[in-house]
Amino acid sequence: MIRSEVLKILIPVISDKLVVCNIGLPSQELHMLDDQPSNFYMLGTMGLSSSIGLGLALAQKEKVIAIDGDGSVLTNFGTLPTIANNVADNFILLIIDNGSYGSTGDQPTYAGKRTSLTKVAEACGCENVVECQAEEAVEVMQAALDSNQMTIIVCKCESGNIPVSVIKMDPVVIADRFMTEVQKRN
Amino acid sequence: MSINDKIVSDFEQNNVEFITTVPCKQLAGVIDKIDKSERIFHIPSNKEDEGMGLCAGAYMGGKRSAIIMQNTAIGVTINTLATLIQYYHFPLPMLISYRGELGEPVACQVEMAIHTKALLAQMNIPTYHFHEADDVKEFDAILKHTFMCNKPTAILTDASFWSGVSATSEGVVK
Repeated sequence: MIRSEVLKILIPVISDKLVVCNIGLPSQELHMLDDQPSNFYMLGTMGLSSSIGLGLALAQKEKVIAIDGDGSVLTNFGTLPTIANNVADNFILLIIDNGSYGSTGDQPTYAGKRTSLTKVAEACGCENVVECQAEEAVEVMQAALDSNQMTIIVCKCESGNIPVSVIKMDPVVIADRFMTEVQKRN
Repeated sequence: MSINDKIVSDFEQNNVEFITTVPCKQLAGVIDKIDKSERIFHIPSNKEDEGMGLCAGAYMGGKRSAIIMQNTAIGVTINTLATLIQYYHFPLPMLISYRGELGEPVACQVEMAIHTKALLAQMNIPTYHFHEADDVKEFDAILKHTFMCNKPTAILTDASFWSGVSATSEGVVK
């Protein structure tokens, strides 16, 4: 399974949750598969999905899922100690780990080689770090949602992309629509 | 009222409830008071662009946010300022220690000081420079301005501004 297939099988579980989605193809795929006011699409700023998600989770009560990638977490490694030391039990970080920089042409990342993001997250002090295979993503995500505990999911999958259009929504519209939805739920 | 108390009080009065910090010696006192404030959630970050991500998330969650950082970090935050904070119209007061100005003992700090205002000007970021202790009186108005116009703003605080502030005597606003 590749990332877009992982996102597709997760839609029934995450569709009604607040989702912060990573720059590039992940946001474009989520937008194509299931555009919702509860989705915040990053149009730039590689690496900050987990930080935006944590800030959002700490500031309000609703559950937040940040969808990130292995390459993006490598870009913003400092995020893992911050997450570990500021526990928000309404926060789930889903790292879709395909071992490559998908949006830029599938160049390999170190996470696909000798570096284990699961072990890094644990070493940073994160509790509830779950590594799973793509086929187990729905079950693991549902368990994380049911646990009411902050969870880091490292979901291993194959690299590869599908053709998908860029997001043409204006960033201010994305943010305003999302903030209205957040406010409605709090 | 001391400079540090005035800054924290202005944050509180303007309902800034979420502040991330990357430390600087000059800002140690204000960071300590923010950490002790019951009305402000203080979350130290490891890098300033990470901190801006936290602030963007908190703001979308309904909490006014701010970042406290050193001017040496302006370089690493340019992309985040352009593609996140400015692109999505998030307000973000940046209280910045302006290292490398008169009185600076570390020569290398001057190397980013000479680029600081030029970079902020290039980014069209409203910039305020606190040089005298009394300049802090504008802080309240700057916060109101930031949340009125939904832009990042920079408040550069130099060594002269902080010169009256030490462990034993805190600068007092006249």
